[in-house]
Amino acid sequence: MKTFSSYDPEDFYDELIDAEGQPRPGARLLVDMIESLPEGDLALRQKAAEALLLKMGITFNVYGREEGTEKIWPFDIIPRIVSAEDWQQIESGLKQRIFALNEFIQDIYNAKKIIKDGIIPEDLIMTSRTYRKACEGFTPPRGIWCHVTGTDLVRDRDGRFYVLEDNLRCPSGVSYVLENRQVLKRTFPQVFEASQVRPVDAYPSKLLEMLEYLVPEHIPSPTIGVLTPGIYNSAYFEHSFLSQQMGVELVEGQDLVVHDGCVHMLTTKGLKRVDVLYRRIDDDFIDPEVFRPDSLLGVKGLIGAYQSGNLALANAPGTGIADDKVIYAYVPQIIKYYTGEDAILPNVPTYICRNDDDRAYVLDHLDQLVVKAANESGGYGMLVGPHATAEDRADFAEKIKAEPRNYMAQPTISLSRVPTIVGDRIEGRHVDLRPYVLFGKEIYVQPGGLTRVALPKGSLVVNSSQGGGSKDTWVL
Amino acid sequence: MLSRVANSIYWMCRYIERAENVARFISVNLNLLLDMPLEKGNHWEPLVMITGDQAIFEKHYPDYEKKQVMHFLTFDRKYPNAILTCVAAARENARSIREIISSDMWEHLNNFYLELADKCSPDMALADPQRFFKIIQMRSHLFTGLMDCSMSHGEAWNFARIGMMLERADKTSRILDVKYFMLLPRADLINTPFDNIQWSAVLKSASALEMFRKRYHHATPRNVADFLIFDDNFPRSIRHCVSKAKACLHRINGSMPGLPQNPAEKQLGRLEADLAYTDIDEVIGQGMHEYLDGLQTRLNQVDMVIGTTFFNIEPTTESCAQEQ
Repeated sequence: MKTFSSYDPEDFYDELIDAEGQPRPGARLLVDMIESLPEGDLALRQKAAEALLLKMGITFNVYGREEGTEKIWPFDIIPRIVSAEDWQQIESGLKQRIFALNEFIQDIYNAKKIIKDGIIPEDLIMTSRTYRKACEGFTPPRGIWCHVTGTDLVRDRDGRFYVLEDNLRCPSGVSYVLENRQVLKRTFPQVFEASQVRPVDAYPSKLLEMLEYLVPEHIPSPTIGVLTPGIYNSAYFEHSFLSQQMGVELVEGQDLVVHDGCVHMLTTKGLKRVDVLYRRIDDDFIDPEVFRPDSLLGVKGLIGAYQSGNLALANAPGTGIADDKVIYAYVPQIIKYYTGEDAILPNVPTYICRNDDDRAYVLDHLDQLVVKAANESGGYGMLVGPHATAEDRADFAEKIKAEPRNYMAQPTISLSRVPTIVGDRIEGRHVDLRPYVLFGKEIYVQPGGLTRVALPKGSLVVNSSQGGGSKDTWVL
Repeated sequence: MLSRVANSIYWMCRYIERAENVARFISVNLNLLLDMPLEKGNHWEPLVMITGDQAIFEKHYPDYEKKQVMHFLTFDRKYPNAILTCVAAARENARSIREIISSDMWEHLNNFYLELADKCSPDMALADPQRFFKIIQMRSHLFTGLMDCSMSHGEAWNFARIGMMLERADKTSRILDVKYFMLLPRADLINTPFDNIQWSAVLKSASALEMFRKRYHHATPRNVADFLIFDDNFPRSIRHCVSKAKACLHRINGSMPGLPQNPAEKQLGRLEADLAYTDIDEVIGQGMHEYLDGLQTRLNQVDMVIGTTFFNIEPTTESCAQEQ
């Protein structure tokens, strides 16, 4: 049986198959290989890949279930393929965007020129829940704020890429990119080789170089650590994986103390000074003296050490201001303001509920729009209008009226699809793409990124907490 | 290295060693029962006695009966020293130090746990217990072997070895303590085949029968005790374990044996010296149980001092931070 003969891309942009049902140029080898497999073989390979992930312990805990229930994050072995030209545009677009956002954060906490020049209203910044007063007047080492970014891109029916969201705080998922690749190399070795896929494995060493770049030159062999909330965090696997790959310490808040203005680790031989932390704890929890006093995960005095220049942090506290989902709407103007260029990667058109005209439109068209709260992530605080009940929509309308500053809305994007294994057949499922960007001496975009796939039929929500899975991403 | 990491690796190995010992005890007991007359008393109670946890058992289980004892010692997640609980704890420790141990060690331990926690395991254990408990022992050995050949023998490895050696010394002392009294020869049984089987079982519980035979030909209580406490070369004798633990401890700080630099080195050095300058006849004179009891207390003290010296653990009245 030909696996793809009954496959229907329907009225969506399909990443592997064109509207005539033919494989796209870069996907030809893969599709031919899948077609040539004996019946049932694809499902076997899928099972083998899942078994491998379980064995490697790449699992997350399912909260609220009986002890010992662990699941792998669903992984589909059919990769998503991105052509070299598409990638070229993504890469240059992300470099431009991240550069501009970094300039923006530096400006917002210091000179505030963009406010004075009337590009962004001051009250929008000041009312953002992710604005950190503690960062005012501060310039981090080398002037870099957003060292690690994971930008969510989507592709609409027309095949164009749009930026859906910027994640400049502690974006996670890059370890899945690396592990998915390991698994897929074992699953489709020949096709992988013949397709000349660009390698993703350089990421940990690029990350390490970036962290080292933050250390003043007079410290010859700096101590670098990854700061994790601990083994109960759902991204713990990633924290551990990255520190192992970089060969640096993995520390928890309980391992650190601030002494004489510097941060130290408690070691078997006494205190040892730490120079750089790649922190994977949110701003709110990182230092109970400065942010949330009830945090048990953080380290007292850490921000003090950071602000006196005795510690570098990646990402810098305060970067959340640039991924406020309302500020997002201004990013094309931000890019223009700081670089003089037009944005290479467009935003999804966005209605800002604090503007009266936009709000009126949003309230009238809730059944067609996706509404998002400014500071939620993981698919929470969000209304997918066309799929919501009338009751949900009425609820959301009240929320928007009560707190217009906190909401924005976008037309529902017909996310592109990728063939995905469903039982013993292949069906199209919607995907997005999160490439990872490092900002050190230069800006580096990992060739690939995390393709998240919404596994339930017709679903547009790709978040892992909402039934999403992942795929390997092949950049040719 | 980080104190928390050192603590985790130390406990990871203690738990693996503990799980292996429990599996071996059960295995030996099953074997022994095949050779025993049916009516000869209860053979499952001593197994729980070795663990020192009779009170916990009796609270939750009605009888010292094969199935119940096997379930308690193997699968009872509420019992901290059950094999499954130990392997789970070893794995949680390993998870928190995944970046320190080798991927081979992690994958093996992860798989060890997942298979043991599988819902089919209890049926397998009942259907073919010999095979089941043998597999657990071999998995523990494989883990130890992987640690030996896939991980640098640096500080972390030395902490791991100390954990393993202290746990092993403690378990050997417990086997001997329980069995020695039960098996003190009654006049009518001396040198009968029955007696011999029992002493062989004690030695097997410490994987010691064959090595013992090479040194002593006859299994008298004195010889067995001498071998298990004082033999220099047997890997489960208490003296051997303590002296290996001490060597690892000195490697961590780079200090010379005989010139201790911290409380842990002092405490362990004293224990080693006592073991070197005591012999079996003195022990029997003083009372085997009292001696072994004292030994266990001192092993606990060593554990505690290692905690305060390296792991940044405040001294408490409890013997250690993780146990129970």
